[in-house]
Amino acid sequence: MTADLETRPPAPVEAPRTRRGAGGRDAWPLLLPALIPVAIFSVLPLLQGIYLGFTDSRAGLNQVTRFTGLENYGDLLDYDLFWTSFRIGLVWAVSVTFLQFATAMGLALLLHQNLRFGWLARILSLVPWAMPPVVVAITWRLMYDPNYGPVNGLLASLGLGGDTNLLGDFSTALPAAIVVGVWAGMPQTTIALLAGLQGIDESIHEAAAIDGAGVWRRFRHITLPQLRPVIVAITSLNFIWNINTFDLIYVLTNGGPGGRTMLPMLFAYNEAFRYGNFGVAAAMGNVMVLLIVGALVFYLRSRLKPAEE
Amino acid sequence: MSVGTVTTRARVGQYAALLAYVAFLGFPLLWLVATAFKSTQEIALGASGFLPEAPTLQNFGDAIRRADLVEAGWNSLRVAVASTILTTALAMPAAYGLARFKTFLRPVTLGWVLVSQVFPTILIIVPLFLILKQFDLVNNLVGLTIVYVVFTLPFALWMLIGFVANIPRELEEAAAVDGAGRLRILVSIVFPLLRPGVVATALFAFIAAWNEFLFALVLIQDPAKVTLPLTLSRFVGAEGQVQLGALAAASLLATIPSLIFFGLIQGRLTSGLLSGAVKG
Repeated sequence: MTADLETRPPAPVEAPRTRRGAGGRDAWPLLLPALIPVAIFSVLPLLQGIYLGFTDSRAGLNQVTRFTGLENYGDLLDYDLFWTSFRIGLVWAVSVTFLQFATAMGLALLLHQNLRFGWLARILSLVPWAMPPVVVAITWRLMYDPNYGPVNGLLASLGLGGDTNLLGDFSTALPAAIVVGVWAGMPQTTIALLAGLQGIDESIHEAAAIDGAGVWRRFRHITLPQLRPVIVAITSLNFIWNINTFDLIYVLTNGGPGGRTMLPMLFAYNEAFRYGNFGVAAAMGNVMVLLIVGALVFYLRSRLKPAEE
Repeated sequence: MSVGTVTTRARVGQYAALLAYVAFLGFPLLWLVATAFKSTQEIALGASGFLPEAPTLQNFGDAIRRADLVEAGWNSLRVAVASTILTTALAMPAAYGLARFKTFLRPVTLGWVLVSQVFPTILIIVPLFLILKQFDLVNNLVGLTIVYVVFTLPFALWMLIGFVANIPRELEEAAAVDGAGRLRILVSIVFPLLRPGVVATALFAFIAAWNEFLFALVLIQDPAKVTLPLTLSRFVGAEGQVQLGALAAASLLATIPSLIFFGLIQGRLTSGLLSGAVKG
């Protein structure tokens, strides 16, 4: 396999990169120990899960599962609570994703300036990333606690009320939770954007500055277009992660008050493990996949088009 | 920005913005730490000052003395260590195979990394629960470990492939010319050079297992087998009597391992993420 190194004719650029030995089958002993468990405990369950969405599977012994076709989906159409939860999920995911992006962009631009104390913000922005989501939720419960937390005091000193239980009030629970979502997800967005910023060629900026382009124009016409791939990738991922959020909300509000923060994953979890309706929960999962993919296709098409020209 | 002149006013604005970010990001953390050192009475009085009036370690004692916290910590540690070892051991040869050989499994694996992000866990978790039940692995730390390995592997591979691709192929070819077999090449040339990537993968696997919540919630019901995040969430759930101080202390203790490990790898995590994204 090394002999042909000498005799090989000038090969297409692709070949030498990935070819060594006979190829395909030689790699299997290396790959299968890792891929077989993944197939059994993650690919197989996923396929079964998709299928379960077309059955009346329920928890419990001796439950006969029957294929019911689209019946679950017909039922879901009339299931107002599910759609309410879905709307809440969309409001949550879109707001958190947008605010994560906006705040992370600001911070990444600041960190890119090499300000003094920038390192402090850089370290601080990593901590929420490493924390267990359960601890993030606990931290913010301490912040929002109506008797003990400092947030109410801050709001009062700004003349914005300050005597509500922010996580317990119908009108403030979702916005309060969104702040937590932004706090928890902003770090990795910042790091990704910062890495993107550092990859932009400084000379373009210099040339534009010489031509008299101001800071704002350079941001709009150089930084943003150059960052576009990073921005599209990180916001798409953030959107998926946000709409699938579970643990943060489970501990922060558990969907309350009165279902005002009942994200779709939490709703489906309750459907499956509180009420034992496995089939319906899986059907909800399928609906979510369709809508997530639809939203992504829509987003990616509108974002990537100008770049393809 | 190194370009153009920055006016003093702009500088002031930048520092004001930086201060706002530091406050937003840092204050909740400081509040968590401060709460952990406040006495129960001080917390009960409500609206106390920021710093503890009489710093105390009582909360940590309370948190640790609650036997279930220690037990949960021990469970978490075992699961995290086991899944770290397994993930790394499986990912190293597989990443090598995927990076160096032309096989249809390469696009399949990388495709799965993306697909697994889009599908909500709820779709996987119900059948997974049923499958594990057949093997008697529900309510079982071994079952939980398997699940963590399987769900950490795709990203671990994604990251490691980038590291393998950076190892010069000539080194292996030279060893092959000298008569080294494939296994020999892997063990004495590739794996040592892969060490930075392996460290990053291992720490990532540890943090992922240590922090995970949803699978543990569904798969573990026996109170003797719960992991730390589960115990913490039940701590909160016991509404009415919540001891905020002990809760904060326990949360702080639970965060320290992932924080330390994360500090060690964060640079690599980012570059691994990006290299995977670029090299696909």
